[in-house]
Amino acid sequence: MSEGTMSLTLKVWRQKNSTSKGEFKTYPVSGISSDMSFLEMFDVLNEELITKGEESIAFDHDCREGICGMCSMYINGRPHGPKNAITTCQLHMRSFKDGDTITVEPWRASAFPIVKDLAVNRSAFDRIIASGGYVSVNTGNAKDANDILIPKEDADEAFSAAACIGCGACVAACKNASAMLFVSAKVSQLALLPQGKVESQKRVENMVAQMDVEGFGACTNTGACSAECPKGISLEHIARLNREYFSAKLTSNNV
Amino acid sequence: MSWVAKTLSSSLGKKLLMAGTGLFLCTFLIVHLIGNLQLLKEDNGQSFNIYASFMTHNPLIKVISYGLYFFIILHSAVAIWLTILNKKARPADYAVSNTSSTWASRSMMLLGTMLLIFIGLHMVHFWARYHFDNGLSLVSYGTEPMKNLYEIVDAMYDRGNEGWIGFYVISQLVLGFHLSHGFASAFQTFGLNHRKYTPIIKGAGLTFSIVIALGFAIIPILMYLN
Repeated sequence: MSEGTMSLTLKVWRQKNSTSKGEFKTYPVSGISSDMSFLEMFDVLNEELITKGEESIAFDHDCREGICGMCSMYINGRPHGPKNAITTCQLHMRSFKDGDTITVEPWRASAFPIVKDLAVNRSAFDRIIASGGYVSVNTGNAKDANDILIPKEDADEAFSAAACIGCGACVAACKNASAMLFVSAKVSQLALLPQGKVESQKRVENMVAQMDVEGFGACTNTGACSAECPKGISLEHIARLNREYFSAKLTSNNV
Repeated sequence: MSWVAKTLSSSLGKKLLMAGTGLFLCTFLIVHLIGNLQLLKEDNGQSFNIYASFMTHNPLIKVISYGLYFFIILHSAVAIWLTILNKKARPADYAVSNTSSTWASRSMMLLGTMLLIFIGLHMVHFWARYHFDNGLSLVSYGTEPMKNLYEIVDAMYDRGNEGWIGFYVISQLVLGFHLSHGFASAFQTFGLNHRKYTPIIKGAGLTFSIVIALGFAIIPILMYLN
């Protein structure tokens, strides 16, 4: 598309802190380049707000190259906006039409409390990882990288799970705010590899228990999570999570 | 709590209960449909009445039927429990929602509630009368006299009862939508997801939901027309 500037109407969720009641505020923006990213458009709006002496809109962002998973914006009814398999920083204004009204909301899940405006606290994910999403490695000399043979297919499958950036789009998209896709990716990436098999039973038991403690919902297998995942994590991982969990519960020594 | 109770009350465990009871109820639907298709036989209800009498007197089937009632209650109770927890996990709705998931998959609780109401009324209409109405006429086919269930069914699907017939047909549509998600979803919950078999399971689920819904819906329509 050729270069051009756009004028848009933004309906943005404003909320002072986690306990206050939020509301939508409408902001007209103009002079937006179609080549800008969605976050850059917010930068322009925030500059204007600061110049006018108003409070800028809080939103999370870090790498702006699609791998940090911070930009938790629910745009026009979809996590990360209208395109598939991207984060908000990879969404460009050419995906919208001049004159469009765009509704931007934060992730909505009780396990992800709103910090301010569009920024949510996703540390529930960190606590799930801390409960078992790791492998224990003894210190000493580094082993040769290839001394354990791993079938290429398993390595590929583990890698596709490891592509999860923990952005929380799955939780945001799920009608139950379920974290199943996230947890399944983190369980899968380790369960598929010999290094991860050692602690696999304790891992899946602890991670599912922590997921429930955090107050995420259960899975209805609607598939909304996978459809919105910026890294295309597949529902097959949720099936693997179920297998891992039930077989661990049946056979592990953890009563 | 024992490890069994802990496992079954976890988020995954509750889904396992939904899937297990759901698939059992699917097998019941097959048996029930095959039995009911005898209503369409032009023998003035003989084979249907003999079948109904067998189903209520055979001790093994009696035991299974108590299991069936229990599983319907368990399926409903766990569904309500899950729905409350899921609602708590997402207390505020989005102002704009543009999901790619199917309507049926998002509406399992609504569809299930409609089915539970249907099952309740269905049991009042036929099961309760068959068991407790002493005014039913008796028939004998060279055997012990048995209650004429066919007569009640035939009267139910007769002229003047268009409202109930419509209710029955719509309920089967609801059942079809419920199964269109539930059948394949149960296998996913069991952890059975495989490149080779998942497409087959999904196809089988869709076929199953259409055959069951159509099969049940056609009975009152044909009985009404005859």
